[in-house]
Amino acid sequence: MMWIFLLSDTFIFSCFLLSYMTVRMSTTVPWPNPSKVFALTIGGTTIPLILIAIMTFILISSSGTMAMAVNFGYRHDRVKSAALMLVTAAFGATFVGMQGFEWTKLIMEGVRPWGNPWGADQFGSSFFMITGFHGTHVTIGVIFLIIVSRKVLRGDFDREARGFFTSRKGYYEIVEIMGLYWHFVDLVWVFIFALFYLW
Amino acid sequence: MAQAAAHVEGQQHPIKLYLVVWGWLFVLSTCSYLVDYFGLHGYLRWSLILLFMILKAGLIVAVFMHMAWERLALMYAILIPPVLVLVFVGIMVFESNYTLFTRIIFFGAGT
Repeated sequence: MMWIFLLSDTFIFSCFLLSYMTVRMSTTVPWPNPSKVFALTIGGTTIPLILIAIMTFILISSSGTMAMAVNFGYRHDRVKSAALMLVTAAFGATFVGMQGFEWTKLIMEGVRPWGNPWGADQFGSSFFMITGFHGTHVTIGVIFLIIVSRKVLRGDFDREARGFFTSRKGYYEIVEIMGLYWHFVDLVWVFIFALFYLW
Repeated sequence: MAQAAAHVEGQQHPIKLYLVVWGWLFVLSTCSYLVDYFGLHGYLRWSLILLFMILKAGLIVAVFMHMAWERLALMYAILIPPVLVLVFVGIMVFESNYTLFTRIIFFGAGT
């Protein structure tokens, strides 16, 4: 079932990226240069896209820890699995925090969904829509990571305890499903990073 | 033997595999960042970006999401529909070129 959900989610993000492509291709006004827009000045030197690069590395690291959490989950290693999931959640929260910082910075510089100081008006709406939806996915993922890691730590899946909402027996498969969702979020970021930030 | 198999459920891969993939993802991300850092332009930039993107996506889907060990029916069911999105991309490229064309014709360029 998670795969079906992920497929539908793929189409949602495809539509966002497609509409971004369409407005970018059809506008007569030059598109703002993302390399300059997302540059950050650290200690006097301006480094292009550095914050986005750090965010990318953080999300990839969180995917790595999540993959290992799934592995330890299958081995019924409760403590390691839960700890790795919490590390993943911490990485995810850091990512959302940095995204919040990025949004704040851009809004202070005058980027709005209907306009911005550097070029095509559609830049703002595409940016807020795409990264906003992605950030929402990350946030939901962090919340569920914390819930699942608590269940793992408590041993719910060893006792096959019944779920609160579904009242179905819990297995360690939940960890794998959680992993699928989390890797998908990372996957979407790969596409956003390439098509929105680097293009 | 049967009991041991029943106890260890699901996928069992050495942790090293995940660490290697993780390392590769770091390398590929660094490469795609360097494309921007060195300011490459034109077709070289776009093809490199797309290459690194597809490699990263492939690694994540195949190894982290365990797609490589799934049955073939699921692979096709999940991977074919997103590929068909490319048709949609083609349609919208036509559409936006036409929109751009009419905008230039009727509103004048660069307004």
